[in-house]
Amino acid sequence: MAAAVAVLRHLAPLGPRLTRIPPHGCTGGRLLQHRRGLRLSAPAAIQVTVRDALNQALDEELERDERVFLLGEEVAQYDGAYKISRGLWKKYGDKRVIDTPISEMGFAGIAVGAAMAGLRPVCEFMTFNFSMQAIDQVINSAAKTCYMSAGLIGVPIVFRGPNGASAGVAAQHSQCFAAWYGHCPGLKVVSPWSAEDAKGLLKAAIRDDNPVVMLENELLYGVPFELSEQAQSKDFVIPIGKAKIERQGTHITLVSHSRLVGHCMEAASVLAKEGVECEDLPLTTWMLQLCVLPVQMFLCPMQKT
Amino acid sequence: MRKMLLAVLSRVLQSPAAAAAAAGKPASRVMVASRNYADFANEATFEIKKCDLHRLEEGPSTTTVMTREEGLQYYKTMQSIRRMELKADQLYKQKIIRGFCHLYDGQEACCVGIEAAIKPTDHVITAYRVHGFTYTRGVPIREILTELTGRKGGCAKGKGGSMHMYTKNFYGGNGIVGAQVPLGAGIALACKYFGKNEICMALYGDGAANQGQIFETFNMAALWKLPCIFVCENNRYGMGTSVERAAASTDYYRRGDFIPGLRVDGMDVLCVREATKFAAEHCRSGKGPIVMELQTYRYHGHSMSDPGISYRTREEIQEVRSKSDPITLLKDRMVNNNLASIEELKDIDVAVRKEIEEAAQFATTDPEPPLEELCHHIYFNEPAFEVRGPNQWISYKSTS
Repeated sequence: MAAAVAVLRHLAPLGPRLTRIPPHGCTGGRLLQHRRGLRLSAPAAIQVTVRDALNQALDEELERDERVFLLGEEVAQYDGAYKISRGLWKKYGDKRVIDTPISEMGFAGIAVGAAMAGLRPVCEFMTFNFSMQAIDQVINSAAKTCYMSAGLIGVPIVFRGPNGASAGVAAQHSQCFAAWYGHCPGLKVVSPWSAEDAKGLLKAAIRDDNPVVMLENELLYGVPFELSEQAQSKDFVIPIGKAKIERQGTHITLVSHSRLVGHCMEAASVLAKEGVECEDLPLTTWMLQLCVLPVQMFLCPMQKT
Repeated sequence: MRKMLLAVLSRVLQSPAAAAAAAGKPASRVMVASRNYADFANEATFEIKKCDLHRLEEGPSTTTVMTREEGLQYYKTMQSIRRMELKADQLYKQKIIRGFCHLYDGQEACCVGIEAAIKPTDHVITAYRVHGFTYTRGVPIREILTELTGRKGGCAKGKGGSMHMYTKNFYGGNGIVGAQVPLGAGIALACKYFGKNEICMALYGDGAANQGQIFETFNMAALWKLPCIFVCENNRYGMGTSVERAAASTDYYRRGDFIPGLRVDGMDVLCVREATKFAAEHCRSGKGPIVMELQTYRYHGHSMSDPGISYRTREEIQEVRSKSDPITLLKDRMVNNNLASIEELKDIDVAVRKEIEEAAQFATTDPEPPLEELCHHIYFNEPAFEVRGPNQWISYKSTS
């Protein structure tokens, strides 16, 4: 962390502008102000952990659309391996929240088949490391079918679960699959950071008619974030595929996703004290097939810094 | 007595002299035809082979009734599939079809028998040897052949090819061996969820039967009582590996273990029909899944790159062709029971050949999909967006 800050400190003088630009309004009301002393959050904002935000999103979508259902290991009676689906089985029953045996390839395939036939499953992998057992179903059955059928068969499925580093769980349980899934045409991949991101993106993913892989992070589940009044609404969705600037800046652009956005924000705060303004650009979502979108996302802040 | 006389008359008229006479005298030919139609039986009862049973007290009936219309329809469908596959073989050798091409000739009774026993609202999913089912599920021959030649008039607009053909309630067409079985159980889950009394047929081959995900699926389907019929099309060879060399147990109908199973003669369309009716009833009544093994045979090799004789003998192929061919079996049954005349069936053959020729002509001359459509349908129901090509100076538009 300190090393990263040191590197950024060296790079800062290369930025073209040294004057500070006063921070201006947020994009769509989602920008959080981190300037010392000034907090422009909405009056009815509350603190919500990522876990609770995901739980709310699932609850709201299960209620809104009868075709939505959740399946995975321990999602029902155990309340979820990481308690994301707490209370949902009690509320919705066996038909909507289904405990599966330990058969990733089997139940992922069943979820994809159900999606092809008109349901909207949310398939939970206990961690994305186990998704490797089912990766054929995610890529070859879910992602590619729309293209191969020339648009006849859609697969409105969400694969979600914790991804990437955790705390001391060793190599087999710590892999990040962002690059793997990110390279597959036909898949949308989302990787939220804050509670607002998590809730808005999960709802958008469930409402999307395409296969979406949602890469959460286990270490973020218990972290509280401010959820604005707008984000508390049952219809709050974050559109998949748009850039989001978490913090405005002029000297350097920091791009990251998931938990590391938090590290970047901290680094930005440290550097701000030394006069370096960082622009934080989390890659919360990206659509595949070598999209031009990421290029556009980078061009604007790069031009600034 | 009168029926026998007419049968004899019918045979006499098939002789070359009569055929020549008939060709020269269209009026008398029409008269013969109208006389035959009036004097055919409406239906006949047939004895069919008993199925081997696993965890079932009773099996499908050993007698069945087939009407004349049904017989003619099965005959026409099977003949159409046979000729379509042979035409595909020809087009492949002329390099008009490229890529994969897995032919279904010899196995026609399976798809025709299954389709005869289920409803159009039921669902079917199969593996890569898919042309037969695509036809029985309602895609016209012309669209199938055009998809094989990769043109834009194909059922998947030229983007799927031989292995990826889809239509309503037919989910392909899956290239990954065994992956379609969990998909089929998922479709059955949706059938149960929606409560419309629909079932799903999930087909796989003797080679795929050894895939682990199939056993995972059996477990979940039985646990949740999914209305899924797991059909193993056992054509004795998984690519080039005979069943004895691939499976410790070749009783594929028993491999569902706790799931009841049937072993069916897959070369007899009526046997397949009865067994499927039985299995469908089992599923619809809420008893859960059932396994059906169809013992069948493919005349061609695994695919067009396989001559099909390095791992089996020509004699074996000839023997099956002469003794168990599904189309010949049906033809003999119909003629011997006065459901149709040989001439009538020959007329059907001629009509089918003509239809296939026209379809092949269309498939050969239809243009390929334009390059601008390369990136369409990446996503479903999505506003149009730009896709970067292999370098940053090329981009394509993608619409849904």
